Amino acid sequence: MATCEDTFPKLLMRNAVLYGDLPALRHKYLGIWQTWTWAEVAEIVRAYAQGLQDLGLVHGDTIAIIGTNRPKLYWSMMAAQCLGAIPVPVYADSVAEEMVYVLEHAGVTMAAVQDQEQVDKIFSVADRLPKLKAVLYDWGRGLRDYDDDRLHAIDSLIIEGRTHFQKDPRTVTALSHLIEQGKGSDVSVILYTSGTTGRSKGVMLSAERCIAAAKDSVSFDRLDENDQVLAYLPLAWVGDHYMNYAQGLVAGFCMACPESTDTVEQDLREIGPSFYFAPPRVFENLLTRVTIRMEDAGAFKRWLFKTFIGIAKNYGEDILNGKSVPLGGRLLYALGNLLIYAPLKNVLGFSRIRVGYTAGEAIGPELFSFYRSLGMNLKQLYGQTEAFLYVTVQPDGEIRADTVGPLAPHVEVKLTESGEVLFKSPGMFLGYFRDDERTAETLADDGFIKTGDAGFFEPESGHLKIIDRAKDVGKLKTGSLFPPKYIENKLKFFPNIKEAVLFGDGHDFATCFINIDLTAVGNWAERNNVSYASYQELAGHPDVYAMIADHVTDTNRSLAHEPLMAGAQIKRFLILHKELDADDGELTRTQKVRRGFIAERYATLIEALYNGTELADITTEVTFEDGRKGAISARVRISDCPVFSHEIGKAA
Amino acid sequence: MTRTSQSIQKGEVLLAVDQVSLSFGGVKAITDVSFDIRKGEIRAIIGPNGAGKTSMLNVINGFYHPQQGKITFKGQTRSKMRPSVAAAQGIARTFQNVALFKGMSTLDNIMSGRTLKMNSHFFWQCLRHGPAMAEEIRHREFVEDIIDFLEIQAIRKVPVGKLPYGLQKRVELGRALAMEPDLLLLDEPMAGMNLEEKEDMSRFIIDVNTQYGTTIALIEHDMGVVMDLSDRVVVLEYGRKLADGTPDEVKADQSVIDAYLGVAH
Repeated sequence: MATCEDTFPKLLMRNAVLYGDLPALRHKYLGIWQTWTWAEVAEIVRAYAQGLQDLGLVHGDTIAIIGTNRPKLYWSMMAAQCLGAIPVPVYADSVAEEMVYVLEHAGVTMAAVQDQEQVDKIFSVADRLPKLKAVLYDWGRGLRDYDDDRLHAIDSLIIEGRTHFQKDPRTVTALSHLIEQGKGSDVSVILYTSGTTGRSKGVMLSAERCIAAAKDSVSFDRLDENDQVLAYLPLAWVGDHYMNYAQGLVAGFCMACPESTDTVEQDLREIGPSFYFAPPRVFENLLTRVTIRMEDAGAFKRWLFKTFIGIAKNYGEDILNGKSVPLGGRLLYALGNLLIYAPLKNVLGFSRIRVGYTAGEAIGPELFSFYRSLGMNLKQLYGQTEAFLYVTVQPDGEIRADTVGPLAPHVEVKLTESGEVLFKSPGMFLGYFRDDERTAETLADDGFIKTGDAGFFEPESGHLKIIDRAKDVGKLKTGSLFPPKYIENKLKFFPNIKEAVLFGDGHDFATCFINIDLTAVGNWAERNNVSYASYQELAGHPDVYAMIADHVTDTNRSLAHEPLMAGAQIKRFLILHKELDADDGELTRTQKVRRGFIAERYATLIEALYNGTELADITTEVTFEDGRKGAISARVRISDCPVFSHEIGKAA
Repeated sequence: MTRTSQSIQKGEVLLAVDQVSLSFGGVKAITDVSFDIRKGEIRAIIGPNGAGKTSMLNVINGFYHPQQGKITFKGQTRSKMRPSVAAAQGIARTFQNVALFKGMSTLDNIMSGRTLKMNSHFFWQCLRHGPAMAEEIRHREFVEDIIDFLEIQAIRKVPVGKLPYGLQKRVELGRALAMEPDLLLLDEPMAGMNLEEKEDMSRFIIDVNTQYGTTIALIEHDMGVVMDLSDRVVVLEYGRKLADGTPDEVKADQSVIDAYLGVAH
C-alpha cells in the first residue's frame, strides 16, 4: 500500500478505491440505519467541496462545525479539508457567549451547523463575527422563514456541486488536483480545549502528524476496515476526532452516528461496536443504572446476579489476562457468562467490543475491574489534545486500574524534578492558534510539551501513574500531601455520589463539597418512601446526609491504609444545594470540575467548612441554556466525619 | 429571529361557527356564539373557567350537538355529526386530560392516528401480510417523520404510561398529526407543564403551523403563550362571545380586562 496519503482527503480517496463497497458511515434516520459506502462518501464530499469552493471557501480559511455527531457535519470537515480550509469543531451545547469566543478567536468565515438552535446562536452574535459569510445547516426545520442570504442548506450545496461538475467537467480534475496538492504539514484541524483552567486554547494539528499518530494506534490495536464504532462523543473533543475521525479514515472502519443524543444507548445496542471509547463517567452511569435495576428485580434474580458477579470478580480478570485459573473457576465463569455476563453485555451494547478504552479522568479500580471481569477488554490510556492523543497506553495483558500504562509507540516522556510529565509524541501539536505566548509556556526548551500533570513511573512495571494536576497537588498545614482528585475519585466511586470537590491546600484538614447522584439517590428515596420535590430538597434530607456520611467515613478508612494519603482524610463535608453545571461555568464542557471557579463562587461555604458552624446560607446565580439567569438560595448543613489513625480502623 | 409577519387575513374561511347555542338541560353552556377559523392561522379560544371553551371544541369536532346554529367546515354545513365523521373530514384533536392508550408504545399510539387512512381489507390487516404490509410500511414512514419532527425518537418503543406528562402531551400531538388534519384542535396543550416544556410545545405548535401549513385552534390558559402564538383570539365568558380579534386588540378590550381581572358589579 502506498504511504503517501498525508492528508485526510487523500485518505478518503484511497479508501474509496480500496474499500469502495464497504460501509464508511451509518446514521439512524426515521428509525432505519442508513448506510453510505466509502465510494459514496467520497462522491458526496467532492461535490460538497465544490459547493463550498463556489461559496468562496479557500485554503487557510477556518470553518466552524457545530452540532452533534451527524454525517453531514463529518462531511463538512472532510470537504473543508479538501480545499485546505481548517475545520474548527465547537461544543454544540455551549451558550452563545462561550461559542462566540471560539468563533471570534478562530476568525471563522463559515459555519456548518446542525439545526435552527445553532443558527439562532450564531446569528445572535453575528455582529462580532465580521468575517462570517455563510452559515450552512443540516436540518432545516423551523428555518423556512429565515431570509438571511448567508444561510444555505448543506444538501443544496452538495447538489449545486454536482451540477457544477456536470456543467464543467474540468472542475472535477481541478478538485482532484487541489486534493493532491494538499500538504500534510498544513494545519488540518483546530481543536479548542475545554478550558479547565481559564479561556480555551486552539490546538493546531497538522494532517501528517495526526495520520502518523493514528497509524500507530491502529496497528497497536489491530483495527481494520471491518471494525465499527459509534460516534457519540462531542465533535469538538479530541476523543472523537482521534478515535473516530482520524482512526476511521486511516483504518477504513465504519463510523455510526446515533439517531439523537437521547438514543445513544439504544443505538449502541443495535450497532454493537467492536471498538469503544468512553470517559469513566459513562461507565459509571451505566453501572449505577444496572445496580438500580437489579435492586428492583425479584429476589431470585438478585441472588443470581450477586453470585455470578462475585464469581466474575474472582476469576474474570485472570481469564481475560490469560493467567492460570482452576478448572472449577473456569466452569463457573462459563456458566455465569451464559446466564449473566453475555446477556448483560448485550443489553449494554458491549457484546462485540474487541478493544475498549477509557481516559480523561481516573477510573475507580472497582468500576474498572467490574467491566473487565465481565470479559470486556477495557483498557486505559493517558493522552492530551496537544499530544493527539496517546502518551501512554495499556497493551493487552498489561492492564491495571491504578496506572495509565507504559509509553505509547514512538512517544518519549520525561519527568521534571517536581514530578510534572513532559512528552514528545508523533501527533504533537504545532502550537496554539494565535497564542504564541501560551504556546511558549507549554513548550519546554528541548521541544518537549508540558502536560501540567504530576505523575511517576512505577519502577518494576514501567507504567506511568498520574496523581493529579501538578498545580492542584497541595499540602495541608500539617505538612501531609493533599492530592484532591485522588480522593475525589474514591468518593465518586460510590453510586450515590456524582461529584465531589475537595479543599484543603493550606488548611489544617481536608473538607469536601458533595453532589449526590439524582438517579441513584432518587431511586433510594422512592424505595424508602422519602418524598422530595427537587434536587435541593433531597440533597438536604437528613437520611441522605447520614448515607453520604457513611460513604465519607469509608473513604477515610481506606485513606488511612495508605501512608502517603492518611493525612488528607475528610473532617467535614456538605452536600451542595445544586448540581454543578457547565452552563454555570462550574464544570468544563467535558464535565471536569473547575476547582478555582468553584472555590470563588462558594467562598462562604468553604469558610463555613473551616469555622466550625453547622449551617451556612448561600445564594447562587444560575444560567439556563438559553442564557437567562436566575438565583437559587439555600441553607446548607455541614456535617462532621470521623477520621482514622494510620493503624487500621481505629477512630483517632 | 422571529417569524416573518403574517397578515391577519390568512386566507379563506376553513370553519365557521354560526350562532351556535348549546345547553345541557337548563344549563346554557354556549349562547349564540359566532366566529370563524381561517386557513393556515393559529386561532386561540380563551376565557375563564367554565366559559365554554372545551364545549366549543366538542361542538366543532361533533362530540356535542348544538341545539341551535350551524357549523360550516370546508364549505359543508352541518348541525349534527358524529366525531368519526368529523375525523374523516379532517378534524383532529388532543384532550385536556391526555387520552392515549397507556399500555401501548409511542409508535403504536401514533400509528393508531393513521387508522382512518388504512384502506386494505380487514382480512389482510389481521394477517399483516400482502397489501396490508405494504400499506403499513407506507404509514410507518409517515409516522417516523412525525417522530423525527417531534424529537421523540428515544421513546419510540416505550409504553406511554411510563412517560412523563410533558412527553405524553407530545405523543398526543403526534397522534393528532398522524391524521394529516386540515384543522387541529388542541385542548390546553400546555396545562401542567413547566416553563421549558411550554417553550418546547410552543415551538412545536408554530412548526406544525408553518411546516405542514396546518390550521390550529387551541384553548390555553397561559395568556403569555396565547398572545405570542396566535394570529387571532376569540374570548368567551359564561358561554358568550366577549371579544374577537388580534392579540393586541383583545388585550386592549375593556370587557376582556374586566372578565379576567374582575370588576365591581
